[in-house]
Amino acid sequence: MTGTRLALALAASLTALCAAQAQAPKQGGTVHVVVQPEPPMLMQGLNQNGPTNMVAGNIYESLLRYDEKLQPQPSLAKSWEISADAKVYTFKLQEGVTWHDGKPFTADDVVFSLDKFLREVHPRWRPIANGQVDKIEKVDDLTVRITLKQPFGPLILSQEVAGAPMIPKHIYDGTDYRANPANNTPIGTGPFKLKEWKKGSYIHLVKNEAYWQKGKPHLDEVYWQIIPDAAARAVAYETGKIDVLTGGSVDVYDVARLSKLPNTCVTTKGWEMFAPHAWVTPNIAKGGPLASKQFRQGMMFAIDREFGKDVVWGGLGKLPTGPISSKTKFYSADVPKYGYDVAKAKELIKASGYKGEPIKLLALPYGEVWSRWAEAIKQNLTDAGVNVAIETTDVPGWTQKASNGDFDLTFNYLYQLGDPATGVARNYISTNIVKGNPFGNQGAYVNPEVDKLFADAAVAPTDAARQELYTKVQKLLADEVPVLWQLEMDFPTIYRCNVKNLVSSAIGVNDGFKDAWKE
Amino acid sequence: MNLPQFLAGRLVKGILVLFAIALLNFFLIRAAPGDPAQVLAGEAGAADAQLLEQLRQRFGLNEPITTQLWLYLKGYMTFDLGFSYRQQQPVLTLVLDRLPATLLLTGAAFVISLGLGVVMGALAARRAGGWRDSIITALALVFYATPLFWIALMSQILFSLKLGLVPNVGYETIGANYTGLARMLDIGHHLILPALTLGLFFTALYARMMRASMLEVAGADFVKTARAKGLSPAIVSRRHVARNAILPVVTLAGLQAGQLVGGAVLTETVFAWPGIGRLMFDALVQRDYSVLLGVFFISSAMVVGFNILTDLIYRLADPRIEAA
Repeated sequence: MTGTRLALALAASLTALCAAQAQAPKQGGTVHVVVQPEPPMLMQGLNQNGPTNMVAGNIYESLLRYDEKLQPQPSLAKSWEISADAKVYTFKLQEGVTWHDGKPFTADDVVFSLDKFLREVHPRWRPIANGQVDKIEKVDDLTVRITLKQPFGPLILSQEVAGAPMIPKHIYDGTDYRANPANNTPIGTGPFKLKEWKKGSYIHLVKNEAYWQKGKPHLDEVYWQIIPDAAARAVAYETGKIDVLTGGSVDVYDVARLSKLPNTCVTTKGWEMFAPHAWVTPNIAKGGPLASKQFRQGMMFAIDREFGKDVVWGGLGKLPTGPISSKTKFYSADVPKYGYDVAKAKELIKASGYKGEPIKLLALPYGEVWSRWAEAIKQNLTDAGVNVAIETTDVPGWTQKASNGDFDLTFNYLYQLGDPATGVARNYISTNIVKGNPFGNQGAYVNPEVDKLFADAAVAPTDAARQELYTKVQKLLADEVPVLWQLEMDFPTIYRCNVKNLVSSAIGVNDGFKDAWKE
Repeated sequence: MNLPQFLAGRLVKGILVLFAIALLNFFLIRAAPGDPAQVLAGEAGAADAQLLEQLRQRFGLNEPITTQLWLYLKGYMTFDLGFSYRQQQPVLTLVLDRLPATLLLTGAAFVISLGLGVVMGALAARRAGGWRDSIITALALVFYATPLFWIALMSQILFSLKLGLVPNVGYETIGANYTGLARMLDIGHHLILPALTLGLFFTALYARMMRASMLEVAGADFVKTARAKGLSPAIVSRRHVARNAILPVVTLAGLQAGQLVGGAVLTETVFAWPGIGRLMFDALVQRDYSVLLGVFFISSAMVVGFNILTDLIYRLADPRIEAA
């Protein structure tokens, strides 16, 4: 009896062992991934275009990584300490890290990157460096200290690789950054090195044999293929040319079909840091009906957002309740809600004094699905008695019109960047009504109370204090509807199931393939 | 007019045309909304005034428009097509990088369509109204009327996905590292679908034109004479009818040849062919002025060049033209 039990236990543990072994990463292999459109360059300090980030996240690294709950994890910083007054951040760096050209990575590089290079060229780091940081200094070769002017909670979330990539001082210091020939041969500390970029065809990355994390990366090569047509990308996946279709690279209506293919896995994870939030911006600065809160609320009730999500976006995503994504810190559901209610919409629109003035909806030229969405919303608004016409343009045309306030209504979607202070406030505060920036407060919404709440919340000393302020501002904004929130977007990554550990952090494939392996 | 005189005249005219085109292009693309700095900043999802200012300076957009125009024209006069700050490379490098792929694709399509079209048209005209004629005319009509992108996608689904015969995208097997003959065969394998797709429309045009032209010439007096002196129908058709019927086809071929560089945007896009058409299209949506102007210039130079070449071929095919 005992013998049998023992045998069973042994068998069980053997099976477990086998399973564990099967899950131990296999070394070697090549993965083919789609990147679209072709990145303009791979020097991540100078360019943070979506495709650039996807590829360059393999080449560059930052001090920290973030798990899917947005908790900071070590990367080039081995550990970090925050002083009791929340103003001094001390980062201890990993030992034995080298750049791709063999030079050692030290505190000098960190100080150069954060204090000089990125402060000069990076539109997301610059406001933090200039507004919040008192000084960035080297303590010793492997220690860096950042002293803040006042507590600034979002700092700990600002060290994602696209937000603050580490730049080699020995290559860039004292040069004209944007004209440096090294921009074509990016040098980072990451798990992969750039081997070849055949413009129009592919970007070839190879394993960094001297990578500081021993035993990684597991893959030998990654090819990023440039295939401009979405339908052709889907066929390329089906015929086996491609292993990974990154988020947003196939049409929404292909997602369901491709997910059912054999050996195909789908995940919507790896977008927690970005949490793309989509909305329709009314141009409040233009005055007229769009400046009326009642009219904007009426439009909220008029739009069948559920339909947009289920039919236009194939069921992907979630309806937002207000300015902050439910995937982000400091979200609060305690806000006025808007269901689909045409009667109520008509009532509010009538009460606003709307007399049928023509309103143009500037569609976002990002592909078919956005055009369909514009049509659906136009229909909804027409049903509620709003006189809407769709206006179309190309991407530069949209950027210009949206930047210069040359629209009535327009779509937009933006990354939330993990913290409302960096990713959300920018769309609602009056100091960010800037011509030329398509990602500021384009509708020119002005409310001193909102300005103050966001300003206070950014520098409030504790998370609890910040939450209280953000809860207030969400309630206020949901009532004011400065923009018509439509969707918390999901961009599923479709990949062959034998590619393991593809998405292991809050920025998904953008974090590089250091942990990925192929069975 | 003798040949050197003729060539000199055409060259001078060609250079004037190119200058006018270059000038027109410069103002045309600046009339489009947006600029490269704004696009670059827009794509990054974050921007501020300082970034835009840095980029504009880099792109040379802060200079007065007359200075920009002067720098552009001066560069072109010394065969310097400028620099793309977006791609951090000289425009000429970018263009030359893409040129072989495009020439291969459009050249293959050109040969396929011209060969197939002329043969189909001649065959159809031999027995006009017969079953062969009906089939060819019907086919030509279908090729002519079907949108290119539809054929492109459907052929991918049928030949790549369902039948697994040919790859659906790309120029070669990425990561295979073939060399020599193996590489050429691999590229050829990738070439089949895009070249056929691109060639179909012109095949239809050539076939229809050749057929109509053959029928017209077949009724001419000199053809009756040839028949009367006892020549076989095959020889009459080949030597007398076809040679005279080919002139309009040469005109059309000259037109198609002029498009060898710029005319394959759609095909290159759908088949992910790394050619100049895509370089141009990307530059257009990114407002990468220097690249766009460079591609425009090279394509217009090609058109002018092929027009001169077409005129030369006319003179060979029909010596009477020299007198005119």
